[in-house]
Amino acid sequence: MTNDSQAGKLSVVIRREKVEMKIHEYQAKAILASYRVPVPRGEVAFDPEQAYQIAQKLGVDTIVLKAQVHAGGRGKGGGIRLAHSPEEARQIANEMIGMTLVTHQTGPQGKKVRRLLVEEGMQIEKELYLGIVVDRSISRTVFMASEAGGVDIEQVAAETPEKILREPVEPSVGFQGFQARKLAYGLGWGKELVSQGVKVMMGLYRVFQQKDCSLAEINPLVINHKKELVALDAKLNFDDNALFRHPDIVELRDLDEEEPLEVQASKSDLSYIKLDGNIGCMVNGAGLAMATMDLIKQAGGEPANFLDVGGAASAERVADAFRILMSDERVKAVLINIFGGIVRCDRVAQGVIEALKEVKVEVPVVVRLEGTNAEEAAALLRQSKLNFMVAKGFKEAADMAVSRAKA
Amino acid sequence: MCILVDTNTRLVVQGITGKEGSFHTQKCIEYGTKVVAGVTPGKGGMKVEDVPVFNTIEEAVRKEGANTSIIFVPPAFSADAIMESAAAGIGLVVCVTEGIPTLDMVKVMEYLFHKKTRLIGPNTPGVISPGKCKVGIMPGFVHREGGIGVVSRSGTLTYEAVAQLTERGLGQSTCLGIGGDPVLGTSFIDCLMLFEKDPQTEGVVLIGEIGGTAEEETSVFIKEHFSKPVVAFIAGQTAPPGKRMGHAGAIIAGGKGTAAEKIAALTSAGIAVAPSPAHIGETMQKALQSKRG
Repeated sequence: MTNDSQAGKLSVVIRREKVEMKIHEYQAKAILASYRVPVPRGEVAFDPEQAYQIAQKLGVDTIVLKAQVHAGGRGKGGGIRLAHSPEEARQIANEMIGMTLVTHQTGPQGKKVRRLLVEEGMQIEKELYLGIVVDRSISRTVFMASEAGGVDIEQVAAETPEKILREPVEPSVGFQGFQARKLAYGLGWGKELVSQGVKVMMGLYRVFQQKDCSLAEINPLVINHKKELVALDAKLNFDDNALFRHPDIVELRDLDEEEPLEVQASKSDLSYIKLDGNIGCMVNGAGLAMATMDLIKQAGGEPANFLDVGGAASAERVADAFRILMSDERVKAVLINIFGGIVRCDRVAQGVIEALKEVKVEVPVVVRLEGTNAEEAAALLRQSKLNFMVAKGFKEAADMAVSRAKA
Repeated sequence: MCILVDTNTRLVVQGITGKEGSFHTQKCIEYGTKVVAGVTPGKGGMKVEDVPVFNTIEEAVRKEGANTSIIFVPPAFSADAIMESAAAGIGLVVCVTEGIPTLDMVKVMEYLFHKKTRLIGPNTPGVISPGKCKVGIMPGFVHREGGIGVVSRSGTLTYEAVAQLTERGLGQSTCLGIGGDPVLGTSFIDCLMLFEKDPQTEGVVLIGEIGGTAEEETSVFIKEHFSKPVVAFIAGQTAPPGKRMGHAGAIIAGGKGTAAEKIAALTSAGIAVAPSPAHIGETMQKALQSKRG
């Protein structure tokens, strides 16, 4: 019965593609409940004593303790456990809070558990799947339902795609009652379940629409022994670009779940992703940044990060970027690749020089500046008497950085 | 000839009084683009770079004959700006703005369905037909007029590719970015259909990236319907799954949308895939030579 949904993985035809703000399961369930989607009774606990009190208040025979981390696959990693008394709930909570949970989605380093959802257990007769995403190939929102709930929906999509029912939504009118009924009857439900199911689907759609979700998923939606539909697990991800109009959602952000350097970068309006290699990259433009990483790899090296300083790379922003790069201690060489268009290379060079005055850099820095004011930039770098290696081409820059990192 | 923008383009800049809008207005004018109007609601009557500013697109169309627009307004107002242009009968809208909410774009796409307007972007560097017209933020000086069409999901990587072409004496007919977002007005396939019909275009460079299935769908189209040589590059071969690489659309989700899958699809359609981003120009040169044989 402890079913961890491994949510967030969608079908091969329709996938979650966007950058998202994630929230915890208990937060998602609270939002769904406010849209009248039935969820198990439960509350979040930050320590064993709270878990005990919640369990006592629930007053049920079976209590479920679920680790709240932003990753799926929790069940297999010991992140979901059962208790049969408040005392046992306290004891299990004591073991779970502070543990490092490793699942197929956390990576080998795992995630530290800081919060638990303590909720009532229930007897389950059937598990189903409901999900909503934007399908980029048709530029529409698509509602999906499947009788194959509780498992990895992407696997269902790959192996038995006919088990996933899809209803595209016309944006101007929204998801309609007949579409919900079509899905409900398609799942083989009887009259009683159809009327409950339509309400659940309408609630889920309204959450997706009103909160600017990039993904809204109930997996599994269960039919319990009383023939009631309940959202046993839920996942809501939100479109970062729409957060400006949802201050209530922004408040739910849990920075403990995010990479600290990425949080710092986002404050400076930089796009930074930490990777496993040792060559720090600073590039303008996302496509060129990815291509630079590719070239490093082809030259036999491993990039330490993706970092896009953006189209309007000012001296300050470049300095911020440099600070973030250098705070990753694995970095053994730095490669700066700028194609100046609107961004002037001399401004970028100034930023690098300023940053190097403040930030202690003990690793070689390879610079390749091309495009607008590249010559002025090269002159600035030479005059600075700081220790740069100036590369001519794209490939030469990558080769130099890789050989320096290995030296 | 060339595609989308040329000497007949009469451009209106939406958000012309903003920092980005005024800067790029100046750059487009310097390149030779006919910028006939700007629009910023509430600032009608002003002038920016000698260009008259209006309160509405409708007025810019009626008084100055604008037929193309470029959008620099903030993300929260961009959907509205796109629809305003479409309603006023603008034929081509280039939306540079990055960070528009996806569900706003879903609504825009439905709105555009019954209009004649073509939308490029959002989150695009724009369109340039070298030597004729620039409607975008790309550095004009790296381009040369010629026979290669360039279509890309990226910005600066496109400039890199164009510079490699120019260096090898391969000029360009039209270069454009379709944008880095999940919901886009114009697809690779739409652009290829235009390049196929354009007599100036002899071959096309296509620059894709991880995420989505646009490159796979395009491969099928090229195999069946495109007669000119195509060279492709896919950025993000080393990108880890589940992480968005800058662009909202560039993410490997659930093991799908990888560079390897895209490269396999392109290769099986007979498209020459550049082995590295430093070899895009060289690969195009070889493709043209083998065709001329």
